[in-house]
Amino acid sequence: MKVVDLMHLLEAENLTKEVSLEGEVTCGYSCDLLSWVLAHGKQGMGWATVQSHVNVIAVSVLMEMACVILVEGVEPEDATLAKALEEGMPILSTEKTAYEVCGIMCKAGVAVPGR
Amino acid sequence: MADYIIRDSYPVQTAAYESAGDASARIKRKLKQLGIDSAILRRIAVASYEAELNLIIHSHGGELIMEMTPKSIVLISKDVGPGIADISQALKEGYSTASEEARDLGFGAGMGLPNMKRNADSFDITSEVGVGTTIQMGFQIA
Repeated sequence: MKVVDLMHLLEAENLTKEVSLEGEVTCGYSCDLLSWVLAHGKQGMGWATVQSHVNVIAVSVLMEMACVILVEGVEPEDATLAKALEEGMPILSTEKTAYEVCGIMCKAGVAVPGR
Repeated sequence: MADYIIRDSYPVQTAAYESAGDASARIKRKLKQLGIDSAILRRIAVASYEAELNLIIHSHGGELIMEMTPKSIVLISKDVGPGIADISQALKEGYSTASEEARDLGFGAGMGLPNMKRNADSFDITSEVGVGTTIQMGFQIA
């Protein structure tokens, strides 16, 4: 599904209005350890996290992810938002927990990333 | 004569968390322009970002060097200290000496060096306490 479809499914808000939501979400993931995400992140990933600092964008861009999903209403730092807009990385924001987000993605058929 | 056709150096400063990934992004952009295969490019990007993070978290400052030869990309991470006392321990997954500050940001999972090793076709690390650490990673492109 596309990022925009995932946004609707999660009842999430798009924090990066200028960024295209047409990218394909090919797998889903949740983790707050950036080092771990670097080892296991995949291209096209929809990544749910509570981390809100700018390094989240560096990681998601380097891994060529589809979008970052900030859960439980966590707000991105200004630098994070600015970097996301600059790099064209969508940030979705939801009040749901990472657990709920993953449940919804799983149920909708978003793949578990292959190892 | 050197056998590389391109050689770029990117300085990385201690504790520069805000700009972490900038050097790696520049390397990735350049290699993309040069037409490097995207799967190889992603491996290089992860390895260079891990190296960049290590320089930021652990070193007294250093640089990332990217060399391109007709057959390979070589990434070199070079710092001016403090050096690693026990390299075999540092190479173990889960072992980390990262600061509280780094851990708060979600780093310091002890995956850096193993992740570099996993993504590179060749991996070599030398270190001397009080002098510095040099990591050399090779990626075959032809």
